Order: sequence, then structure tokens, then C-alpha cells
Amino acid sequence: MKTETQRGWLFVLPVLALVAFNALVPLMTVVNYSVQETFGNNQFFWHGLGWFSDILRSERFHAALGRQLFFTATILAIEVPLGVAIALAMPRKGIWVPVCLVLMALPLLIPWNVVGAMWNIFTLPDIGLLGYTLNTTLGINYNMTQSPVAAWATIIVMDVWHWTSLVVLLAYAGLISIPEAYYQAAKIDGASNWSVFRYIQLPKMKRVLTIAVLLRFMDSFNIYTEPFVLTGGGPGNSTTLLSIDLVKVALGQFDLGPAAAMSLIYFAITLAVSWLFYTLMTKDES
Amino acid sequence: MSRIALRKLRHSYMKAPSSPEDYALKEIDLEWADGGAYALLGPSGCGKSTLLNIISGLLVPSEGQVLFNDEDVTSLPPDKRNIAQVFQFPVIYDTMSVYDNLAFPLRNRGVAHDAVDTRVREIAEMLELGDWLKVRASNLAPDNKQKISMGRGLVRDDVNVIMFDKPLTVIDPELKWKLRSKLKELHQRIAVTMIYVTHDQTEALTFADQVVVMQDGVVVQIGTPVELFERPQHTFVGHFIGSPGMNILPCEVSGGRAVFRGHPVALEGPITGSGARMEIGVRPEFVKIESEGIPAVIERVADIGRHTVVEARAGDETVNAIISSEPPQVGEEVHLGFEPAQTRVYADGWIATEKG
Repeated sequence: MKTETQRGWLFVLPVLALVAFNALVPLMTVVNYSVQETFGNNQFFWHGLGWFSDILRSERFHAALGRQLFFTATILAIEVPLGVAIALAMPRKGIWVPVCLVLMALPLLIPWNVVGAMWNIFTLPDIGLLGYTLNTTLGINYNMTQSPVAAWATIIVMDVWHWTSLVVLLAYAGLISIPEAYYQAAKIDGASNWSVFRYIQLPKMKRVLTIAVLLRFMDSFNIYTEPFVLTGGGPGNSTTLLSIDLVKVALGQFDLGPAAAMSLIYFAITLAVSWLFYTLMTKDES
Repeated sequence: MSRIALRKLRHSYMKAPSSPEDYALKEIDLEWADGGAYALLGPSGCGKSTLLNIISGLLVPSEGQVLFNDEDVTSLPPDKRNIAQVFQFPVIYDTMSVYDNLAFPLRNRGVAHDAVDTRVREIAEMLELGDWLKVRASNLAPDNKQKISMGRGLVRDDVNVIMFDKPLTVIDPELKWKLRSKLKELHQRIAVTMIYVTHDQTEALTFADQVVVMQDGVVVQIGTPVELFERPQHTFVGHFIGSPGMNILPCEVSGGRAVFRGHPVALEGPITGSGARMEIGVRPEFVKIESEGIPAVIERVADIGRHTVVEARAGDETVNAIISSEPPQVGEEVHLGFEPAQTRVYADGWIATEKG
């Protein structure tokens, strides 16, 4: 017989304290702001759910949310299949394995603001390698400070460049864990390459791909630094994603109430989508 | 269904093998009849899995030929050879139902829908998987998963050979026995050539009509279970098969007689060979405790049910004996005798006596 004690809680306390100070307290401060109005002087007045209904009806919010969803959907649609394809093409053994892995990991090691700055310079029409080549050598008019299409293309390509590796590494980890016998059995069963992918590789990668999609969803949905450094949300508002808009409201206009309500709605969307996706993907496993 | 022949087969995993040690398989010649049940038996690393992969086509041998019905298939890939293989761990297609798993090899070969259905149901019935057909294969227990692996080989009625690569490794002991007899039964119902690779002598001896014993990439003996037990051609076979294995005792040969620790030992017949290392081989079943003979001291007595295994020490050598009568006490001084008809001399490991 095992005796049950409550001593376990003691071990959780330090973590709980840490999480309280770096997450719960700030979050509750935001909750606090979201239901109050202030006119400065540190004086606050109860505003109920007013900010929430304002934000939910605001066209500015709808537009930013739309851009955010479009961005996330686009990069997921590119990065996941591309990542799986690259992982499939990578060698499984031999001296090229570490070389490929290091090459793949490189973009992940670069700080986000550096990525933004790199791409900013890379795409400058007069001196950037890409900008100059496109404009001068190929004669394509490409300037992301003027054209929303160019700006969008650039932030998407940048994100693909920065983050596809994550999908590759996760998918690769899933692939190499498949025992050789599965491929041998498939060969003997006369399976085509597509069948091998569809019935062996994809099911075995399902778990890691779920994680990859989840991570890429959360990161891209909350993305701030790279597009901010690259386009600053412009030209106009064309690349103002949710997080950029939020910072504008909170720190630019210093509207604490609406900004707090907006962050909570933002947080709720991220949480709900992640939860829904994970539940759907893992429901037939138990 | 086919007759399988291996001609002068050698295989090395190295690019430029120079000495015989570089070969995982050292020159193998074998002939297997159509519809037989064969076992490849040997310790881990003896080359039996290499040999199996060469027969299935997953590996192309460095030298030699593989013939199916006199047709050279040495360089054909597995799917062109019409073979089936069951692996150590159950290989199933997780997302498919049991039915789809069994139908998969047939559908890939473009078999008509009705024919697939009949065949799948027939094989599922044989394997007692009939009630599970609609269930997702990943929800089954390991023994049933392994049955699916077997089933995917059995559904194809044109297979040349079905190969089993230590198929019972992950199966619980009580189910091992069941699955083993199921396999034997299946072999009798569909007379397809089956090759069973294992390091478990019980599995090999109960399954096969003929067992190929391998050691270090060499076939040391091919024979029926009875032959392997009664007249091992090599000390390795004697030692590897049987529990406990054959007693291998160093001896001297002088004037056509074998002498063990100063005592002449009667043999099954005349000595025909000689070598640097001469040994007497006698199974524990044929060692008796007698009133006179080789003096020994009893070191251990283990009652294993129907009989007793006695470990006796004669000088530096340990001799095992299986005794069905009243066993001696530990520490008792006894005399050992060997049954002449089952006592042989081995020269450098290979048998060196003739049946008299």
C-alpha cells in the first residue's frame, strides 16, 4: 500500500512562485487595466466590459486580425509541406547528416531583430543583394517601402527562411525514428513511394508534426520583432499585424484599457486555436 | 512456391574485404526443397539475418548466386522476387484497419476487389483475426499485430517463400507457444516454403523439418532436429543445441583410442581424423554414474522436474550428466561412464569418428 501525502505540493511551490511573478502577476495587471478607464495621474475608474466590446467591434482590430490570420495561414501552408519535403530529402546516415543538421539549425540561432535587420538590408533596392538584383539586374520593380505586395512577399519569405528549419528538424526526428523494417516490409508488400509516405512516414510523423504546427502557429501568430524591424507595419498599415497594432495602441497611444482588452482577446484566440488543434489531432490516440 | 538454392554465396559489409574474417558470410552452398519448413539457427551475429536478407533481396551478396527454381534472382529487388518476410517487431500500417493491412500487398499488385476480399477473409479466419477486421491495427496487442505481419505474407498465394526473422521476440512466453503451433499448422495447410531465423533452439527444432546451424558466417550442420541432437557434426552444434549442451572434454588419441585423464574411453566407432585439438563429445543424457570409470566429485545438483542435472568435476573439467534415478549428494565422489554408441571424438571442432 502506498501512503498518500500532500508533501508533493511543497516541491511545486518554488515554480509556482516564479510563474506567479513572471506570468500571473503581469497577466492580472493586464486584466486589471482591461476593465478600467484612466485619465492619467494614476487615477482609475471602473469601465466594465466596455473596452472588450469596443475592440470586438473595431474595424481596425478586424483588419489587423485578418492580416494576422492571413500571415499565419500562409506561412503554415508553406513551411509545413516544405519542411516535410526537405526532411524527406535529407540523408539518413553518413557524413552529410551533421552538415545538413547544422545548416538547418543556423537560421534558428539568429536573434529575431537581427533577422529583421538582415532582411531589411538584403532587400534595399540600391545596395541590398536581393533588392539590387531584382531591380537593376532583372528589371523588376521591387521596393517594400512602397509596395504592400513586396512588403508581404518579403515578410513571408523571411519567415519561411527563418522558421522552416524548425519543421525540418522535427519532421526529420520523426523520420529517423522509423525502424528500417517498415521500409523493408513496404518494399516486400509492393508499396509505391507515395504509399510509403502516406501509410508509414506521415502517420509516424504525426506527433512531431502536430507539435511543429502548434509551435509555428503560436510563434507566427504572436510574431512581432521581425516584421517590426523589417517594415514597421508599413507601407501604410498593410503589414501591421496584431502584435504591432497592439504595441501601437499600448505604447504609442498609451491607451492602457483598450490595449489590455486587446491583449486578452489576442491571448484567448491563441489559446483557443492551440487547444482545439491539439485536441483534434490527439483525439484518436487514447 | 519454389525450390531455393544458394551457390557459393559470400558476403562482406566492407568495401574491400581481404581476409576471411572480413566476411559476414563465408561461402555458403544450400539447397532447399519446395514447400519445406526450414530454420536458420545460430547465436547473435552469426550471419543468419544477413543470409535471410540476401534471400529476400534486401541485400545483394558480394559473391555467389541465389536461385529460385533455377532462376537467378541474385540482383532482383524484394518486390520482384515474390517473397514475404515477417520481422522481429510487428510491422503494421498504424492508420489502416486490420482488413486494409491484410489487403495492402494484394491491392498494390492490382488484384481484383472480389479476389482480395475472399482471400483476406480466408487468411483472417486462419489466423483467428476474423473478429478484428474492422479494428484499427494499432489498437491490437503485440501477438495479434505479429499475426497481421504474418497474414500480409500469407494472403499472397504466389509467394516463393515466407521468411520469419525472429518473429516471436516481442511475444509473451505463453503466447509464443500458441503462435508457434499456429505457424506450424499454417505451414501444413498452405504448403509454401518457410524459412525461420532464430537463436532459440526450441523454436527452431519445433518448427523446422530441417535446421541449418550457423556460426561465424559458416554453416556448421544441416539436419533434422533428431540428427542435430543425436549426432552433431561440430562441437558448436553439440554445445548450442540441448540443455545443458554436449560435454566437450579435451582428450589424447593414441593408437586409435581416445584417452581422457588417463582413462580409455570407448567410442561409437573408429577415429577417422586428427587435429591439433582433440576432444570427446558426449551429451549429458548419455553420461552415467557407475561403480567404476572416471573419478569425479559432484559439485552441483539441480532438480529440474522429470530429471536431475548433475554437475561433476573431473580434474579441471566439468561434466554434466542428466540422471533420472536417485541423484548423488553434493561433494560425493563418484565414477562416470559414457555410453559408447553416443560418444564421439572431435578434431578441431569437427566430428572425427565413424559409426561402428
